[in-house]
Amino acid sequence: MSRISEQLTTSDLEEIEAQGRSQGHLSRAWSRLIRKRLAIVCIVILLFVYLVGIFAPLLAPYKYTDQDYKALRQPPSAQHWAGTDLKGRDILTRTMWAIQNTIVITFVAMATGGLVIGVTLGLISGYFGGRVDSLIMRIGEVFSSFPDILLMILLAATIGPRVKDFVRAVEDNTFLDGLVSIGVADYFVISLALVSFGWIGMARLVRGQVLSLKETQHVEAAQSIGASTPRILFVHLLPNAISPIVVSVTMGMGAVVGAEIILSFLGLGIQPPRPSLGTMLYEAGSISALRVVPWMLITPGIVAWTLVLCWNLLGDSLNDVLNPRTR
Amino acid sequence: MWLYITRRLLWLPFLLIAASLVTFTLGRFGPGDPVVVALGNRYEPDSAAANNLRAQWGLDKPFAQQYMNYVWNALQGDFGESYRFRGRAVSSLLISKMWVSFQVNVAALIVSIGIGIPLGFFIAHKQGNWMDPTVVAIALILMSIPIMVSIPAFVWATCLKLDVLPCSGWGGFWDVRIIGPAVTMGIPGVAGLLRLMRASTLDVMGQDFIRTAYSKGLSPTLVDYRHVFKNAMIPIITVLAFTMAGIFGTSFIAELLFGIPGLGNLAIESVWNRDYPVIMAITLIGATAFVLANLLADISYSIVDPRIRYR
Repeated sequence: MSRISEQLTTSDLEEIEAQGRSQGHLSRAWSRLIRKRLAIVCIVILLFVYLVGIFAPLLAPYKYTDQDYKALRQPPSAQHWAGTDLKGRDILTRTMWAIQNTIVITFVAMATGGLVIGVTLGLISGYFGGRVDSLIMRIGEVFSSFPDILLMILLAATIGPRVKDFVRAVEDNTFLDGLVSIGVADYFVISLALVSFGWIGMARLVRGQVLSLKETQHVEAAQSIGASTPRILFVHLLPNAISPIVVSVTMGMGAVVGAEIILSFLGLGIQPPRPSLGTMLYEAGSISALRVVPWMLITPGIVAWTLVLCWNLLGDSLNDVLNPRTR
Repeated sequence: MWLYITRRLLWLPFLLIAASLVTFTLGRFGPGDPVVVALGNRYEPDSAAANNLRAQWGLDKPFAQQYMNYVWNALQGDFGESYRFRGRAVSSLLISKMWVSFQVNVAALIVSIGIGIPLGFFIAHKQGNWMDPTVVAIALILMSIPIMVSIPAFVWATCLKLDVLPCSGWGGFWDVRIIGPAVTMGIPGVAGLLRLMRASTLDVMGQDFIRTAYSKGLSPTLVDYRHVFKNAMIPIITVLAFTMAGIFGTSFIAELLFGIPGLGNLAIESVWNRDYPVIMAITLIGATAFVLANLLADISYSIVDPRIRYR
């Protein structure tokens, strides 16, 4: 008996090795990744931008609401490195705070929508099959039949004010003050709008992986020794599907950053006075503003561009490294 | 094949019922009383005017009945009356806007296809040359510019600095003012098409029948056109639906910034003014078009490539 199981494990190991899915898979992928110069440059840039955003309260030279009436519409100078806007606010400061908002929203939306909801539903859908599977996939099909930007706009426009009323009610009835002013409601609304269609792609991807993985011997072995379903899902299936998940998350980050900018641009996302890349770009994008203060576009524009570009490039590199067959 | 199309078409009504239910629920429970929006300053609670309007729009009926009425009317092409433009049917409002948006989207699609596909085909022949990675990199960089950055930058350069194009406005398909939206909306799609065309051309060029064609003594141009290009186009057709959806997505921002009186502009203004009948109609039409475009892509794919069989 012990000999058979030993044989099984060694042959299993060989098979796993041959598929390049051994335990050191991610670490080997990482070592291949850091040999790619472009990926490293992107990681460094993203780290830099995000660190600036996280430490915005410490690094920013001014407050984001500070208005300097003696320095309205100033081009970049020693006092204001990125210039000032129409209301005399420091653009660099506002960009730093805007990055902070972007970080919170992109990570919340990706963690809840992509990872928790998408992966869990994908695992369930693929593993159980049958009615559960078709229910989840049909719901996904309904949501993906909307052009995503329309659904996002609709959700943010209709649910947004309700959520804000609710948060205000919570504030009034508890000792939690300033929830609205730190933007909890805005974060929630934007994340909800992004999550509503963000989970579908991930669920489909994970489902596809699970469909083939659940036929493998190690899952059968786990079932035969009586492992619980959550254990099979999260310990035996999920780790084997991790590479496509990593790639999909990285590639999706650029889109999430862009979607947040669109919502805030349309006035449905982060509300003033809190700065966000979307509202800053909206203020800078009108022809009258372009005529007088074109530098208002430069700093937030370059940051938005860099974030989207770097996530896209990093996703591409990760795809090369983790899924060499799909190149 | 026909079975597959029929099945997909039969599934379409269910999809649209679900989509309309989502839209309708969101619209009805969204903030802002439509009667308040419509009457503006003249609104008084419980006045005769408010109650009349409420009854006229059927807002006093139960939710399920309102929904049934809405769907029944929508099936006949009647999406109700705009809350903001009193007395104007949503459908009449939409048709002219849809035509404008259609023209803008087609112009952008022409830019995407016109640059992406020839360039991708050309670049695939330059493997190992410095041009190959350079063009791919430039395409990636251009693809990643968010539309709300690229449009102001484009307007600043062409209109304010060089003064070669008007800043904004709309004058029809053959007007010079279509260049701005076409270029800025078309560029993001170029990179995707270029990369796919490059990959698929390389794939085809490595096939046996290409070597056979050359060994028959066909001229390189003839092989390129008749064998490589035609086969390399096959995967492109499936992606065109996505390219179109991407362009439609950017048209909201682009129409706003360029001041084009299209569907995107109307959608944004309706959101700002809480004109729910208009938003709901646009969402439903968008969903229908999206589903049909996907189906069309699947069908055309199987026509172009007879090896594909749907069950």
